[in-house]
Amino acid sequence: MAEVKGRSLFDDAVARLLSNRAAVASMIFLAVMTAVCFIGPSFTGHPFDKVYPDYVKVGPSFEARPGLGEVEEAAGRIARRFRAKVEHFEMKAGEVEVALSSTQTIDPRIADYFNRADGFQNFRIAPSESAPKALKLVGEVKRLHFWFGTDGNGRDLLTRVLIGGRISILIGILATGVALLIGVSWGATAGFLGGRVDMVMMRIVDILYALPFIFFVILLVVFFGRNFVLMFVAVGAIEWLDMARIVRGQTLVIKQQEFVQAAEALGVGTAALIRRHIVPNTLGPVVVYVTLLVPKVILLESFLSFLGLGVQEPMTSWGVLISEGANNNRDLAYLLIFPALFLTSTLFALNFLGDGLRDALDPKDR
Amino acid sequence: MADPKAEPLLAISGLSVTFRIQTGTVEAVRGIDLDVRPGETLAIVGESGSGKSQTMMAAMGLLASNGSATGSIRYRGQELIGASPTTLNGIRGSRITMIFQEPMTSLDPLVRVGDQIALPLVHHGGLSKAAARAKAVDLLKLVRIPDPERRVTSFPHEMSGGQRQRVMIAMALAMKPDLLIADEPTTALDVTIQAEILALMADLKRELGMGLVFITHDLGLVRRIADRVAVMKNGEIVEVGDVAEVFARPEAEYTRMLLGAEPRGVKEPLADDAPVLLEAKDVTVDFALPAPFLRRRPIFTAVDRVSLTLRRGETIGVVGESGSGKSTLGRALLKLLPASGLVRFEDRALMPLTRDEMRPLRSSMQLVFQDPFGSLSPKLTVGEIVTEGLLVHRPDLSRADRDRAAAEALAEVELDPVSRNRYPHEFSGGQRQRIAIARAMILSPKLVVLDEPTSALDRSVQKAIVDLLRRMQAAKSLSYLFISHDLAVVRAMADKVIVMKDGRVVESGPRDAVFAAPTQDYTRRLLSAACLD
Repeated sequence: MAEVKGRSLFDDAVARLLSNRAAVASMIFLAVMTAVCFIGPSFTGHPFDKVYPDYVKVGPSFEARPGLGEVEEAAGRIARRFRAKVEHFEMKAGEVEVALSSTQTIDPRIADYFNRADGFQNFRIAPSESAPKALKLVGEVKRLHFWFGTDGNGRDLLTRVLIGGRISILIGILATGVALLIGVSWGATAGFLGGRVDMVMMRIVDILYALPFIFFVILLVVFFGRNFVLMFVAVGAIEWLDMARIVRGQTLVIKQQEFVQAAEALGVGTAALIRRHIVPNTLGPVVVYVTLLVPKVILLESFLSFLGLGVQEPMTSWGVLISEGANNNRDLAYLLIFPALFLTSTLFALNFLGDGLRDALDPKDR
Repeated sequence: MADPKAEPLLAISGLSVTFRIQTGTVEAVRGIDLDVRPGETLAIVGESGSGKSQTMMAAMGLLASNGSATGSIRYRGQELIGASPTTLNGIRGSRITMIFQEPMTSLDPLVRVGDQIALPLVHHGGLSKAAARAKAVDLLKLVRIPDPERRVTSFPHEMSGGQRQRVMIAMALAMKPDLLIADEPTTALDVTIQAEILALMADLKRELGMGLVFITHDLGLVRRIADRVAVMKNGEIVEVGDVAEVFARPEAEYTRMLLGAEPRGVKEPLADDAPVLLEAKDVTVDFALPAPFLRRRPIFTAVDRVSLTLRRGETIGVVGESGSGKSTLGRALLKLLPASGLVRFEDRALMPLTRDEMRPLRSSMQLVFQDPFGSLSPKLTVGEIVTEGLLVHRPDLSRADRDRAAAEALAEVELDPVSRNRYPHEFSGGQRQRIAIARAMILSPKLVVLDEPTSALDRSVQKAIVDLLRRMQAAKSLSYLFISHDLAVVRAMADKVIVMKDGRVVESGPRDAVFAAPTQDYTRRLLSAACLD
């Protein structure tokens, strides 16, 4: 007897989703963005919290830092301190040759001075070609790339944007997960049991709605201190309210359906009824709401961070970066543009995906 | 009767309607030719999915956005397919009008009925608002709505289903159309009201001399109202002819099958010593309506002191119109609704039992619903649906045992057991109803409440389901409480009949007695409206 595999409604929805170009492009974009944010910081060559005092607020550029002229200038500065002057400066493939001359004997400790400066390393005196009044130094220059420039403290912006993306995406997913878990179980239970239980449960939701969100977060921060985990709790604890209302509304509709009554007539218990019949059938609108909730949560986190209630330095998030960028807006637009670009493109992709999912799961609306 | 040689009012030739869907295209209508002559009633008959509605939707330019029509539809020589919306709007709503199946949703709930009727008069007829209002009263009088001067200011929700359908007809007639298309206009209505509406439409057609296209799945209605009939199957016309001719000498195999699809035969009589399975005394169900501000909640009595005795292997048919409380009675007897009174199942009184105490009894009393699309959970496979009761009542069974039980149960209702991994939406209405029956039967119940199990199905499928139910009853000596408004099906199923009206039993007795010699006026009206022959 050949087994026939059924084509579930879910399979149909996946097929519809995959034929939606904007949604597929968004999924790919989000996958790439997530991968880049989580793996990328190990490859930028800068720790996210490393401060380069010599490179505060340098603009975005593909050129390595320091530039050629700057290296020579720096060499000249050090040489002047030793009353010497640069006769000849040559740089090739990271190797630098500096020929110095002076009217007096040059102190050989000058090599250590070079090494102490930002970017110079392994400087030594080439003994064969050196006289007391004309030294020749050989060494390396470490040149750094700041593609997105550096922030006001001299930290690499690219690394910080990626690290910030990590936090923002993580908060988006985890807080949504919290909201999903509480909201679905709360809403389904209230809707299914109905009557007085429903009334009490939904009034609790109403009361929580009435609390001003910012006030709630400030209270949490005051009591428990600033804490990364607290962000999930705070955002999740607010966002489940909408979810509970959506699920309850769905449940009230599904409860009237005959398949639920049929299950009741079979003697199926309340918990099994909710688990097997109610929750799977609320999933369509819930999935759509979730994809729209993730960007909402990311924005909320950005907003909290903007107010200074979010993650703590040196850790960062897109919201924090945008906030810092906005403060410097006038003279250093790139500080705002890069994190804003990452945030908005991610939000766009999530919204497109949400739209695609809604169309895929609810073809009646088209 | 229309003149056969007259110029056709509507000439359809080579009409095809296709719908684009995800996996390609579906051809709903495949190249049909059909004429409607002035002043005649043409019935288009077919089972669901035969393309009978889409033919007329194409004529009105009302196809869904993914549909397209090819071929030709001419109204008095004017081509309608591909006509501009302006041209179409000049014709539809004034020359050709349409009424739909669902009177509950065809009227705008926020607009007074008078204004809704006046709309086409102002729009197409160029009447002033006051004149249109006056005309609306006349039209309501024409469709025999009592007290039209007052009714003209009512909102749709203040009217009954039959009255709303009359309003729809009034709207359709407002511009004195040449052709009225009625798409299953009485399907959603109770049989007695159905009869009134049909009579009204026949009278109006005669008075106004218009053509009438009557789309229906019910051959009984066709015989009563139509001059000619076209039988459709899978988007093609299999037979066209005069009604008398087609009914007397059907040519197509399919027509013969449709004509023979009335459920026939009666149930085997019951042995006299059959033990009593269920006894109900003075069962009453009250619903509290929403309370007006600071007042006591009004009580609505859906079932009023109903008593019945159901013996082993017996079928009681419960008959009544919508709102008569027959479904509520069925659920109350299974203790799925709070009710008062006395219900004994075998030797136990059910009323004092709690939900948990009821659970072991549930396996011996089951329920089958009317709507085979709503009663199966869309997210579960058929195998999971059928065996769900076993999860509750036979927790000792392993997954493999349940799978075997599902295969057996499906075979019992004549479905292919390999289909148990499929999902409900992949089945037709009749197959779904078989799945619902398998779900009830897998627990080997003694009592099955069948709540309109055949009402949502085509006639030919109804017959198969009725046969299946009778066969299962004979094999397992089941007792049925058979709830239906369809007297033909009840006659084929029941030993005893209970007629309900407004929550009360107005008549009860053995089947033959009730059908042959009804004592109550209400029963007589039901019987005559159902036009049993």
